[in-house]
Amino acid sequence: MAEKALAGVKVVAFIQGITGPITTSTLAAYGAEVVRIETQTRLEWHRQAGPFIGNISQPDRATPYLFVNAGQMGVTLNLKKPRAMDVMRRIIRWADVVVENFSGATMKSMGLGYEDLRQIRPDIIMLSAAIFGQTGPMAEVRGYGGTLTALTGMAGVTGFADQLPQFPGFAITDFIAPRGNVLAIVSALDYRRRTGKGQYIDAAQAESAFPLLTPVVLQYQANGVEAERMGNRSTCAAPHGVYKCKGTDRWCTITVFNDQQWRGFCQAIGSPDWCRSERFATLLGRLHSIDELDRLVEEWTMQRTPEEVMDLLQAAGVPAGVVQGGQDLDGDPHLRHRQFYWKLEDHEFGAFTYMGMPAKLSRTPYEMRRAPRLGEHNEQFYIGVLGMSDEEFVSYMAEGVFE
Amino acid sequence: MTQGTQGNTMLGGYRVLDLTSDRGYYCGQLLGNLGADVIKIEPPGGDPGRNTEPFFQDQAHPEKSLFWMAFNTNKRGITLNLETEDGRRLFRRLAEKADVLVESFDPGYMEAIGLGYAELEKLNPRLVFTSITPFGQTGPRRDFKSSDLVAWGMGGLLFQTGDPDRPPTHLSHIPLAYLLAGMDGASATAIALYWRGTSGLGQQVDVSMQETVAKTTMMLHEVWLVTGTEFRRSSSWYHVPASPVVLRLVWPAKDGYIFYMMYVGAFGAEEDKRLVQWMEEEGIADDFIRGIDWANLDWREKTKEYGDRIQDYLFRLFKDKTKAELLDHALKRNILIQPISTPKDILTHPQFVAREYWQEVKHEELGITMKYPARFCMASETPLRIWRRAPLIGEHNEEVYCGELGLSRGDLVALKQAGII
Repeated sequence: MAEKALAGVKVVAFIQGITGPITTSTLAAYGAEVVRIETQTRLEWHRQAGPFIGNISQPDRATPYLFVNAGQMGVTLNLKKPRAMDVMRRIIRWADVVVENFSGATMKSMGLGYEDLRQIRPDIIMLSAAIFGQTGPMAEVRGYGGTLTALTGMAGVTGFADQLPQFPGFAITDFIAPRGNVLAIVSALDYRRRTGKGQYIDAAQAESAFPLLTPVVLQYQANGVEAERMGNRSTCAAPHGVYKCKGTDRWCTITVFNDQQWRGFCQAIGSPDWCRSERFATLLGRLHSIDELDRLVEEWTMQRTPEEVMDLLQAAGVPAGVVQGGQDLDGDPHLRHRQFYWKLEDHEFGAFTYMGMPAKLSRTPYEMRRAPRLGEHNEQFYIGVLGMSDEEFVSYMAEGVFE
Repeated sequence: MTQGTQGNTMLGGYRVLDLTSDRGYYCGQLLGNLGADVIKIEPPGGDPGRNTEPFFQDQAHPEKSLFWMAFNTNKRGITLNLETEDGRRLFRRLAEKADVLVESFDPGYMEAIGLGYAELEKLNPRLVFTSITPFGQTGPRRDFKSSDLVAWGMGGLLFQTGDPDRPPTHLSHIPLAYLLAGMDGASATAIALYWRGTSGLGQQVDVSMQETVAKTTMMLHEVWLVTGTEFRRSSSWYHVPASPVVLRLVWPAKDGYIFYMMYVGAFGAEEDKRLVQWMEEEGIADDFIRGIDWANLDWREKTKEYGDRIQDYLFRLFKDKTKAELLDHALKRNILIQPISTPKDILTHPQFVAREYWQEVKHEELGITMKYPARFCMASETPLRIWRRAPLIGEHNEEVYCGELGLSRGDLVALKQAGII
């Protein structure tokens, strides 16, 4: 088996929801050894949320949990027990990286702030991914993906002008922040290897999303204009939109950026008379008559399935694609060819299909492993990895430290 | 122009050659933000991405694209025509000493001009060669044409965005799929660099924008596999499961919109009581709203009209206040309201002003100073900053070609006239 890029990197995760888990499961997919600390005494929401595998409500079958927690070791530890902190210190001594995404002061209040951790392990790298960060008047304010999508300005520029602002995807910032987190953690590891120094990374989720909005932030400052929602239209391409196709809620995107693509488009749709009309001959003409153009394009797409539209237009060199839902993604021959989905068995709870990683490394391929059951790796981790004796393990267990 | 020195950085000492178009700008920028020495290589006359709106004072000029400026800070810029023999030779000399190459051409283009990974690997086995393309380097659709909107659709994000009775929709003005693919490219590049530190070997990194987008959707594929039902898009309203009640997420304020989602039951009762207290102070409360047992309210037992009736109180509470006033109340009263920010709101949000998130960057050529995001994370040992604004066309040609590769100014003049730089 090929080597893993992050082999030997040890990560401890105090995480919940989506952002923290995607961060650490990504590190795990590229080979880091990630141990996720949970407690049976307080299950996180995603362990209790459906849909469940086999429609049986059970923490190890909760698919929102499985969805974001692939490849990690699952270990339980009840920090309310007096001797749990002894175990915690051993875990921190073992770790290279600690990742947490509780709000503001939670870790500090548990005695697990960065200053505490570096007493135990001076070169530790710690990343905190709170919504608003660790400082400032809102450091301890709660929040979630919807709040942040609103705050970052993403919702404000999503949708049609005559619609309320729309929320792209679902809690989209939860899926953006992990990308910055992984970049920061791996770069900090690289820095530590060169200098021997660890550090603390205050990765406010909002601050990893704001840079995406920079063009409209600059536009406001330079021109005094605030960007407006323009649906699916473009200021430099026509047609450019999402068009209704045959079937229920089936759509296809079509984007035509230049004359060559326009000619390809006209040929692909059988060169109807309107394509030869003078007002569509030029980009400016098409932009100025966009309402009529969109109507004519949709008349054509509505006679066809989105797959037909995509294949006909792509054959003519026109960027076009199916608006894929869950079933479409499942049948996508391209994603299958690239082995993007990983169907992994849990012999007791049944199979779940995990998404792979969007970046393939030629010499160190990533590998998906299933998400852990609650406390699944207690023995393996505490005895096998941390080196506890059997007696110690049993005595901690008897005290409820591993609840 | 320099905006101060870099000091200690995470990726200081690495050299990145950035051949990307707008599909990949953000990748090199992120590596630059972490201190890598990023050289943006543009075709003579400038990168096509310089022709992207918005423009400074609406002047459509390649040195005035705010889009270009946004995603090319912390890079130096040189021009080079890779389709000439001189250009390729100069490029190979740069690649010999580089740590990373990032490109976003259609699959096969780099091979076609003799600069594919197999060629460059022979020259520099330590090189990390990162490609960002719509569908990746392999598979039956690798040559499909794409755009940001097409990638949103093929990856599933469009399906989850919009109102059910309108077409799916996306972000205007911001090519989100391109930018997120840049983030994935940057993190995968850092991972490959880390492994190089262990193994001494570079490798090829293949980012698929379609997969980037799929990795940004919430359980679209998974819910279909597990339940056989499709996600129902409804992105400014929340349909409470097993209940006719529909919760409003987007509320009109005096000067725009805010985001608020009402929670009831054990999880929401305390906040609901704080809302009622606020209504008292505003003279909106009456016996109906005072009489609600929030802790035991279960939407599953209620009609849509009942849900609407309760929400009407909130509607009246919010509608005549500005976003800033509502945020102020939210902080004081511990209620999870956030403005649906416009660019102005982002710049003035008190939390991020307090965290000194916005950094002023001077554009002498334009006679303006603008605030940029200073970082994507705050690192205690190796702070991120903007060290330099986006480069002008060929701004660092002399620095790189003469200073590093030892060409004379006369050589540069010859190369310029021949359309090579």
